[in-house]
This record gives sequence, structure tokens and C-alpha cells, in this order.
Amino acid sequence: MGTYETQGFKLDNSGKRVVVDPVCRIEGHLRVEVNLDSENVIRNAVSTGTMWRGLEVILKGRDPRDAWAFTERICGVCTGCHALTSVRAVEDALGIHVPLNAHLIREMMAKTLQVHDHAVHFYHLHALDWVDVVSALSADPKKTSELQQLVSPSHPLSSPGYFRDVQTRLQKFVESGQLGPFTNGYWGSKAYVLPAEANLMAVTHYLEALDLQKEWVKVHTIFGGKNPHPNYMVGGVPCAINVNDVGAVGAINMERLNFVQARIQEMIDFNNNVYIPDVLAIGTIYKQAGWLYGGGLSALNVADYGTYEKVPYDFSTHQLPGGVILNGNWDEINPIDPRDPEQVQEFVTHSWYKYADESVGLHPWDGITEAHYAPEGPGFKGTRTKIEQLDESAKYSWIKSPRWRGNAVEVGPLSRYILAYAHALQGNKWCQRVKEQVESSAEAINSAIPRALGLPETNYSAKQLLPTTIGRTLARALESQYAAEMMMDDFNQLMGNIKAGDTSTANVEKWDPSTWPKEAKGVGTVAAPRGMLGHWIKIKDGRIENYQCVVPTTWNGSPRDPKGQIGAFEASLMNTPMVNPEQPLEILRTIHSFDPCLACSTHVMSPDGQELSKVKVR
Amino acid sequence: MQTMKHIQLLILGIGNILWADEGFGVRCVEALDAGWQFGDDVKLMDGGTQGLYLLPYIEDARRLIVFDAVDYDKQPGEMVVAHDDDVPRFMGAKKMSLHQTGFQEVLACAALAGKLPESMTLIGVQPEQLEDYGGSLRDVVKARIPDALEIALAHAARWGIAFAPRVSPQGVDSGALGMSSYEAGRPSEEQACRYGDERFFAASTEQ
Repeated sequence: MGTYETQGFKLDNSGKRVVVDPVCRIEGHLRVEVNLDSENVIRNAVSTGTMWRGLEVILKGRDPRDAWAFTERICGVCTGCHALTSVRAVEDALGIHVPLNAHLIREMMAKTLQVHDHAVHFYHLHALDWVDVVSALSADPKKTSELQQLVSPSHPLSSPGYFRDVQTRLQKFVESGQLGPFTNGYWGSKAYVLPAEANLMAVTHYLEALDLQKEWVKVHTIFGGKNPHPNYMVGGVPCAINVNDVGAVGAINMERLNFVQARIQEMIDFNNNVYIPDVLAIGTIYKQAGWLYGGGLSALNVADYGTYEKVPYDFSTHQLPGGVILNGNWDEINPIDPRDPEQVQEFVTHSWYKYADESVGLHPWDGITEAHYAPEGPGFKGTRTKIEQLDESAKYSWIKSPRWRGNAVEVGPLSRYILAYAHALQGNKWCQRVKEQVESSAEAINSAIPRALGLPETNYSAKQLLPTTIGRTLARALESQYAAEMMMDDFNQLMGNIKAGDTSTANVEKWDPSTWPKEAKGVGTVAAPRGMLGHWIKIKDGRIENYQCVVPTTWNGSPRDPKGQIGAFEASLMNTPMVNPEQPLEILRTIHSFDPCLACSTHVMSPDGQELSKVKVR
Repeated sequence: MQTMKHIQLLILGIGNILWADEGFGVRCVEALDAGWQFGDDVKLMDGGTQGLYLLPYIEDARRLIVFDAVDYDKQPGEMVVAHDDDVPRFMGAKKMSLHQTGFQEVLACAALAGKLPESMTLIGVQPEQLEDYGGSLRDVVKARIPDALEIALAHAARWGIAFAPRVSPQGVDSGALGMSSYEAGRPSEEQACRYGDERFFAASTEQ
């Protein structure tokens, strides 16, 4: 037990320990332990992945061209991201460039996933950390209608009758006792600060989002052939383009392209009229209530590989440019190279894995995934099968600690937005839209919305607003908006290309393993909804020799490293006051703002291991 | 207020094929598709661990059959059949697999929208081993696939759904994940360790 300083945070684990332990298997279980001071402010945070996820080892010896299908099954959330990262890694190893049409189709699939995932994350998973569903039942539908017209004048669904209908439906649903997605909220907690009308508006939009997202995913069926697990292919996309043959089975024809275009427009409208106004309104109200916590590492170190290049394979044209910012210096952007053995490295000093020398980190190409489960340390309480309290001075997580040149970084939409904003300020022409979005959001939160709602105006800079829990949630919404807009560009480019007579969708020159070198290695990266994702592959004699994935939740949820530096989840909880430690809404709100994963059921334990209550962590 | 539905019967296999007996549901759909063919208004689907991605199909289905591995404290390989309102309740009775909360939520969302299928049947099996990443179905579970298919076909027949032994090529293409190539390609225990955290890996080899 003791105190020490790292990255500007003063860690003190002497106070009361509270454990939040989700029990879910998607992308690893996640458990959080925090120490509170006498004022219930978080002074130490420990994040641990409690499950071993050995995807790397089940791929050994398999055909590299099949790896995407296995990675697509890791979990039900990141489906397409892993598959795309995987085919990119194999193509990089074998020196394959995909045709322009394939590039554009993949971009549209990735952006559809981004928009879909962000909207579903906000409305289905995260909104309930901000919105009190039960309070929505007491809202005045007429006032809700007025509020709707204030925050989003162009949204057509805004009549008092519409909100009254939703309220009635919700009432019936709550009375039926099967709350489904609304089970286990801390309804009525003082940590919720929205007025009843804002709650009803948000619940209504949840239903609208649920209805629309069903149509959006059909873009994946059209381009991926198969749902809910779209097909990917090394060398291109597995779908043919045949605009003249209207009846062709499986081929992309005009009817399907028109359908895709209509969905993209729908996404753009939903973002503009619903998602962005909701996040801005909720963010403004919470900010006014003094809730600007949760920034953590994002105020210091952020990273992304960069994504959405306008010109295929020319990474200087990334529309969300990457890099690394350290120590909050937005004027200096360090270039990032996933191939450089000195940059991305994984440490295991505090993870349940074995390296020969644990003082050094390993680059993923030389990565070793050898499990060594040993919960221990003087502060450890419990048994190997029932952990009551971890000791963060020892090994304490199944998550490795990836670092960039030894630095802990935060990844995700917020990191991408901080980077793109910094790039835009330096004059990068590919991401000026981000600057516009950030500045208009700041204006809305500081002035326009407070004025409309009769609240005092404020004067927060982008640098004060973005690195917060609210900023993380806002960046996700802005990225959704931007992704939908870029997708329309991709669509128009695809149409132009097809009209010019190019219908090529795959490059099969190197499909046959006899054309491959005896040994090859490659890396694929994708801007997954949760943050930068990389797959590193080594191929030998036509088979997978080594495969390592470094996923966003590994970066953000990482345990301490040899220098004692904390990861993004841990840092984000520091110095946040809790209204009631037995209802850890503030912890869930901030951890959920990272979009760690879908539907985990959590247990809250008191220091002696007694279960206090159950919540949903998603 | 039943709106127009396009799918007369949706036959859905859910679960994660990478987690041993968790793959039961998906393997059932594969086997059903390999042996039988149905009309255009019947949809067979490998639902994997997908949550909301399944909602459009469920809302568009008049009837639903779900194959799944379900932990209900029975002997491994014992089967359970549940109907209608019991389906989500049944699946919620035990917290067992990663997709379950998700799938229950999907049903709740369909209910919230007033678009649940008019009849639903869950055909489940008690798993023997879930904690074997990269492993396949255990024999006792695999042996129940024919029984599960028989139950599903009996339901389909009762609902007046036409089906016949397969003569045309298969609809569900599993590629490298098909059961035989999935099993044959598994790296050996020496190549890839299979132990881990005994809180989750019951059959740990390391003590």
C-alpha cells in the first residue's frame, strides 16, 4: 500500500477499495478496482482483463487467406474490423494492392460499421449512463416537443403526440417487467442530471436509432454477400459488379447501389438531426452541472495509425491522419510506424504472460503469447479461482501493456479527433472538416445551447472540452457524422469509376501460394470504432507462423508497465468524485465512454468480497 | 397489428464456434442446410454471436427456431425445447454464454417494436465443455445434432413448411470455418498452449 506519482497522476491506494467486476466474454472480461478517499474521490484505479484470449495461437499453421474468417468470430461487435485488418495484413505481407473499386467498397463497409457501431453504442449502450429511462415516464410530451424543436429544428419527428405515444409504449414495456436493455440501471440516482423531457427525447431517439440501424447493416449484405458475417477476401472484395444485368444473383447492380446511396443519406440525416444534437445537448447540461471528468490520458498522450486515405495506399492523404501526441503538446505530432520494432511494443510485467526478459517490450511480429496465470502479491486477496482483490504491484491482468516508444497512450475516436484537429491546425488539407466540426461543437456547447435552454454561457476551449468523458462521447458522434459524409464521396467515386467502365473488384495475381515467397511478414491496421487496431502476421511456407493482434481495448485497458505507468482506463477514473460508491455510475459512464464492449453483466463487490449489487457494463 | 412479414420461418443457429460446445447452434444450421432444402420464404442463418445485426431478420420473421447451447444444469448432451415467452426467459435463466445477453436483448428490442415472431422455439443442448478456445464440439454434444434437426423439422412440418432432402448446392457456405476443416486445421497442443485462467478454463493442465 502506498502512494506514487506517474504521468502527473498521484496514485494512492490506501483508501476504501471498491470492485466493479463485469462478467462477460466479449473481447475479454473487464474488471475495475478503485480506491476512494474520505470524500469518495477516486485516488487509484486498477483495470484488469480477466480472460485469456488466445486468438493468436489458434491461427498457427492455418492458411493465411482464411485468417479473416477466424478473426471475424472473435466477438459479435468487431466483426468486420478484424476481418478487414486481417486481409490487409496478408496483402501487406504478399505485396498485393487491391483494385480501386475494392478499396472503395471496403471503405464504405468500414464506414458503415463505424456509423452503425457509434450510433448503437451511444443509444443502446452508453445513453443509459446519462439518461434516466424511468424519469422519462414523468416528462411532459408538449415540453418535450418544444425541447426537440429547440435542439434540432429540422428533425421531422417532433410533435407532442409522437412523444406521448412513445411514453405510452415505454410505460407498457416497463410494466411488463421484461426491461430488456433497460434492466439494471440506477434509475433515480442523483448522478443523473437531465430534466425529464430530455430523458424522454433521448429514449425516443433510442427507438428511432434501433429502427434505422436495421436498414444500415444491409449495406454489409450487399457488399459482403452474406449476413451477419460478411465475406472478405485477400486481394479485393468477393462481389461482382454488373450494373447492366438487373437480375444477376449476388452481383452489385443499380438497384442495390441506389439502395446503398439512400442508406448513406439516411445516416447523414440521422447524425445531423438526432445524434449530434442529442450529444451536444446532454454534454451541455452535464458540463453545466460541473461534470468535466474522465479525460485521463487523452489530455496527455493519444495515438492512431491514421485512416481513410483519399488516394489508395497514399497514407499522406488520410482524412483522419494518425500519429502520436505526447504530454498534451498539440503542436507536435510524432509519426507512427507499426513496422518499426522500436515503436509499438507489448510489455507483460503486470500481465499473466511469460517473457524471458520482462524488462523489455516485444514488437508484435516477435510477439509471444505464453500464458502464465499467477494472481499474487502482498496485497492480493482471494484464491486462484475467486479473486477478491488484486495487487497492482504484481501481475494482475490478462491484457498485455502495449506502449508507443515506452509511453502509455489512449486510442479511440477521441484520440483520432485530437490528432486530426491538431493536423488541421497545422494546415493539413485532408482533415479541415474536423476543425470545422470541433469548432462548431464548442460554439454549440458554450453558447448556442445554453442560450436556447436559458443556461449561463461558458467559454471552454477545444483543449478543455475534448479530453473529458463528454468529449470522448462527442468525438464518437462527430466521427459518425464525418464517416457518413466521406462514405457519400466514396459512393460517388465508385459510381464514376463504374461508369468509366472499370468493374474490377479483385486482384488475384498472388492468390496461389506457389507465387508467394518462402517467408513474408506484414501488418494491417484499421481505425476500429474503439480505436487503432493492428494485426501482425508472419507467413512461412504458405502457412501462418505467427499472428498477433493488438486491439484497442488492449491499449486502453492495459495494466501498468515496468515504469509503473497507468493505462487509459485507469487514468480516466482518477480524481473523479462518486455520488454513491455503491452505485458506481461515474465509473461506468467513463469506462463506457471508451465503448469497451457489448453487454457485460457486472457485479459490484464491497471490500470483503460481498456482492453489493449487479449492473450492466457494456 | 402484425405487419407484413417476408420470412415464414427463420432458423437461426447462435453461439461462438471458437469455444467448443458453444458452436452447437451454428453447427446445427450447417447440418440442416447440408441435408435439406427449403422454399425461398424460409431462411437458415448462422447468427454467430451477433446481437443487433440479427434484429432485422427476427422482426421480419413470422416464426423463429433457435438452436443454441444452453446451460440448465443437466447432464451434458441433454436437450431442452422451449416455446414462445419461455424462450427469452429460459435463455436468461442462466448466465452462460457471451451471446445470450445479446440475444435476449434482441428479442426485447423486437418486443419493444411490437414485432416479435408469432411463434418461437428454442432447441438447446446442455454443453459439456465451453472453455476450450479453438476446440470443436465434444462427442456427446455433436451426437445430438441429428435429434435437434429432427425436432426442428417436426416443427416446420406442423407449421406447414415444405422441405425436401437436398439436391441443389448448399446455401450456407462456411468455408474454412466448416466443421471438418475447422477441426483438421487446429494447431497441436505443443504448437499452441490450451491452458489459461482456471476461473474460466475448467480443464486447465497447469496447476
